[in-house]
Amino acid sequence: MKAPLIKISNLRKTYGQFVALHGINLDIAQGEVLCVVGPSGSGKSTLIRCINHLEPFEAGSEITVDGIPVRPGPDLDQVRAEVGMVFQSFNLFPHMTVLRNVMLAPIRVRKMSEADAEKRARDLLERVGISVQADKYPAQLSGGQQQRVAIARALAMEPRVLLFDEPTSALDPEMVGEVLDVMKKLAGTGVTMVVVTHEMGFARQVADRVLFMDGGAIIEAGTPSEIFDAPKEERTRNFLHAVLDH
Amino acid sequence: MDLFSTFFNIPVLMQSLPQLMNGLLVTIGIGATSIIAGLIGGLFLAVLRLYAGPVVTGLVRAYIDVFRSIPLLVLLIIVYYALPFVGIRLSPFFSAVTALTLVSAAYTAEIFRAGIEAIPKGQFEASAALGLSNRYIMTDIILPQAIRIVIPPLTNNCINVLKDTALASVVAMPDLLKQATQAQALSANPTPLIGAAVIYLILLLPMVRYVAHLEKRFSRGRS
Repeated sequence: MKAPLIKISNLRKTYGQFVALHGINLDIAQGEVLCVVGPSGSGKSTLIRCINHLEPFEAGSEITVDGIPVRPGPDLDQVRAEVGMVFQSFNLFPHMTVLRNVMLAPIRVRKMSEADAEKRARDLLERVGISVQADKYPAQLSGGQQQRVAIARALAMEPRVLLFDEPTSALDPEMVGEVLDVMKKLAGTGVTMVVVTHEMGFARQVADRVLFMDGGAIIEAGTPSEIFDAPKEERTRNFLHAVLDH
Repeated sequence: MDLFSTFFNIPVLMQSLPQLMNGLLVTIGIGATSIIAGLIGGLFLAVLRLYAGPVVTGLVRAYIDVFRSIPLLVLLIIVYYALPFVGIRLSPFFSAVTALTLVSAAYTAEIFRAGIEAIPKGQFEASAALGLSNRYIMTDIILPQAIRIVIPPLTNNCINVLKDTALASVVAMPDLLKQATQAQALSANPTPLIGAAVIYLILLLPMVRYVAHLEKRFSRGRS
């Protein structure tokens, strides 16, 4: 077992009286593909949004990425440069072309030259199958294409970790496959991936480990076959029953 | 004496026209200076109001409320006639620019704030997640999108500032209105006043039409 890249200990998050995360402890290994599944409101999105501090968390909680503590200040810039994120609603920058979307962060954060950034961006767009649309604006692309651009944009920073927050939930069904295909290819490249998803087929096929969350806690974790074929917990069984048998 | 030679006396108009044009230049000078200073000040205030700590935010909000409430004429008279008592003596030009800028900045700040707040949260999150600093999030992502939203209300504000420059005539500023009243007194004929009114209309009507056009275009784009 390699040393963990992400260490999460006693992660607590509350919204007023509501406890969204009840002291989560979780280590994620370098190169691991971790899928987080669970019902809506179980805290799975909140969990991954804490890893890059889009969601501030309670004092006493601790997250480190590659040994760097996740907390406001200069450390956070370093963490965010190493942690890419793909959102449910794509969040591409609508006033920039697809190419500029992908080039921006390497230029601004990595201080890369325009020419190098453009070369990298075109390579990445090629990899996700969007090279022809490089000079279009996001609104001219389909949802699936936009999400593939968003993946390229995250990859342009050459992150150690990629967080996916329900990347296919806002897509029309016929576009889910093209995004999952890109993610499957990525999983083979050794980048650490944390994927919040409702795509059980993807989780079973691609994940090294599956995490089942409910009520702001990790109920069960294991290999895909442990979770999907032989869940130990009642709540896991009920959830899988509800999403798989229909 | 018929109506036409009273209000539209061509010889009087031709005679006063150079004076009116000088006035127009002064009006545009005061207006443009105040608009630019107000834009910079307003953007600065809007960002402070949104992202500074609670104390600064409170101060900025108080500033915005006070300068949106105070009548511009009252402010202008205070700046020109009252401040000299504490040793601050501003020329008529800078008195007018100061008063107009203070008020314009307050309105502009509210316009920018609304524009920034209209940008979806996902844009802030996506840019933060990429590691962009707050400065780049603003200059590269948020403001370019907010500008589109704020151009119609900002243009409206420009119209108001340009109209309000006429108040500068109260502090002996030789602006368009002041020149017109002087020319009227000199020629004992109100034609220069009508001329000034027409010049104001020529200056401002296109802007009013432009705002209407923008608002129509943006509302269509949204539906």
